Amino acid sequence: MKESKKIIEFKNISKSFGDKTVLDDVSLYINRGEFVTILGPSGCGKTTLLRILAGFGTADSGQVLINGVDITDVPPHKRPVNTVFQRYALFPHLDVYDNIAFGLKLKKVPENEIDKRVRKVLKMVSMNDYEDRDVESLSGGQQQRVAIARAIVGQPTVLLLDEPLAALDLKMRKDMQIELKEMHKKLGITFVYVTHDQEEALTLSDTIVVMNEGKIQQIGTPTDIYNEPQNSFVADFIGESNILNGKMIKDRLVEFVGHEFECVDEGFGENVDVDVVVRPEDIYIMNRLDGAQITAKVKSCTFKGVHYEMFVDTDKGYELMIQDYNAFEPESEVGLIIRPADIQVMKKERTCNTFEGEIVDETHVRFLGENFECKAHGLEAGEKVTVQVAFSKVDLIDHPEDGMLSGDVYFMLYKGDHYHLTIMTDDGDHIWVDTNDIWDKGDLVGINIAAKDIKIVK
Amino acid sequence: MKRFFAQCYIWLLLIVLYAPIVFIAVFSFTESKVLGNWTGFSTKLYSNLFTGNMQGTGSLMSAIENTIVIALIAATVSTVLGTIAAIGIHNMRGRGKQAITFLNNIPMLNPDIITGVSLFLLFVFLHISQGYVTVVLAHITFCTPYVVLNVLPKLTQMNPNVYEAALDLGATPFQALRKVLIPLLKPGMISGFILAFTMSLDDFAVTFFTRGTIGLDTLSTYIYTDARKGGLTPELRPLITLLFVGILILLIIINMRKMRSSNTAAE
Repeated sequence: MKESKKIIEFKNISKSFGDKTVLDDVSLYINRGEFVTILGPSGCGKTTLLRILAGFGTADSGQVLINGVDITDVPPHKRPVNTVFQRYALFPHLDVYDNIAFGLKLKKVPENEIDKRVRKVLKMVSMNDYEDRDVESLSGGQQQRVAIARAIVGQPTVLLLDEPLAALDLKMRKDMQIELKEMHKKLGITFVYVTHDQEEALTLSDTIVVMNEGKIQQIGTPTDIYNEPQNSFVADFIGESNILNGKMIKDRLVEFVGHEFECVDEGFGENVDVDVVVRPEDIYIMNRLDGAQITAKVKSCTFKGVHYEMFVDTDKGYELMIQDYNAFEPESEVGLIIRPADIQVMKKERTCNTFEGEIVDETHVRFLGENFECKAHGLEAGEKVTVQVAFSKVDLIDHPEDGMLSGDVYFMLYKGDHYHLTIMTDDGDHIWVDTNDIWDKGDLVGINIAAKDIKIVK
Repeated sequence: MKRFFAQCYIWLLLIVLYAPIVFIAVFSFTESKVLGNWTGFSTKLYSNLFTGNMQGTGSLMSAIENTIVIALIAATVSTVLGTIAAIGIHNMRGRGKQAITFLNNIPMLNPDIITGVSLFLLFVFLHISQGYVTVVLAHITFCTPYVVLNVLPKLTQMNPNVYEAALDLGATPFQALRKVLIPLLKPGMISGFILAFTMSLDDFAVTFFTRGTIGLDTLSTYIYTDARKGGLTPELRPLITLLFVGILILLIIINMRKMRSSNTAAE
């Protein structure tokens, strides 16, 4: 029988804590021998997914398969996986040797075999002379090495790593990254790595799974994820980027920042609103103005070590971030060129706010748990309708108590000339808002919508 | 000057606190039948106590034996129950956890007499004939919260992933408990055991109400009865002194353990 390439399979995993959905119908498979990183901001569900794989948490629905065998209901001690925990979780009452030998002793492996294997893994993590040491006397980096040794000594099919380097300082983290990568090559087993650090994910992984709000946003190789983000969340989360509203005029021609650009994307249709991503290092900046696609004025220029980071205002009033090896003086006029292959066009995830609602009376409609005043519509009370509100027509006010609804700024995206905010209402609904005002993540806001801006669709 | 008064105050406080026990300890080294008469230094009361050369020796010895056996059983059982309860409480979340922790504290603040009377009424209501068993049950009841209180902080200090790490490495839940959880909780369990032991040892009110009418005596009820019979048997003076010293040593052990663990935590 041919061995399947898939080693781990998540099938439609959902999980909520109370009324908060942490994982929303997640399906994912992982190939044998791969280094897979699950990447996302805190609270995106990545750790919950890992815990379900290790058996420490149970999914509300869905299945987990390892080697094609359903292990959804198998307790953690019978699963062929081992975990490296974020804060090491070494046994403080045992020394280094006994920590590593713990699992082997339980499995009644013969004494001399245990001895051989413990010494082998200690050598692998360069901790040969430490076997008699008390684990609490070790530094963070050394403790993490012991934790890794303890997890690999049992020769698991899959090694799970839950932000294993998060507690280490930068220098140590870089060293450990290289060591982990080498260890993965040497052991040949599947690594599933969870982190919120995008740079770590790009450095280590064969495949990256980007998660947000309990959903998989994109799966791909590090280069795919970086160069071809599929939505504005991925583009914003991985690396620096200029994310802009654009319009696909036709195949291979896109308009943004008030200009038309050739691009390589096809199949979006004609005159379709899209999101455009341009990485700051992909914009060519020069002193010459002729031959430039856009002219702009430099606003600020900061030295970042390898490159300079500049913000420029384009002729049509958009702000762009540019990274270049050369510095351009603030206030100087510059020309910009963007190559077709460096323009990443993404389908818009949404074009306006859409809510389910119900007609209350001639001039009121109920949605998001409140009765809103609206224009006369001629529909019967009690009728179910769809309510649409344009992003720019939602008013945000400083005092939550003055709004029809209240919520907090959950996510923000700068789009060159305005901010695109995601507001999480107190009931957990999302409202998207385009605004020129500056808000901070976490700000409490009141939300109002004028009667004339509420569009009712039957 | 201020310092002088502060010092005086402390000493005054200590004298008032410890004078009675020192008084008894001093008079345990004289033979006089009446407490307060110094008839010369002697260790005769001590030797009487150990050779049994005194009136009512048999019942005193059995009272001492009862006290220690009851304290040992109560402390052991409540250590087991208290540890299990603490693990359960630790894994609870939110309001339930608060409520249970609060309920756990009530028996410790409750006056002994109320615990005693209510247990008495409960046993009568359930038609359980009172005697040795009821005393042991009663002691376990009021000792367990002290163990919970000693074990809970150890659980909070523990890395929440260690138990999971043990499961992850192939330990069954029971093996993880035995090989990882218990060794880590041991300091708290020992402190809890010692505290439970001393609480049981010096209990009077609860024992008095739950011992029934079969003539079961622990040291405290024996001394109470003896004192009511007209004067304290002189040999009780050395006994009280020895008990005090014993408890003192236990307390010093507990405190030294605490100091050592907070030192290692600080490192």
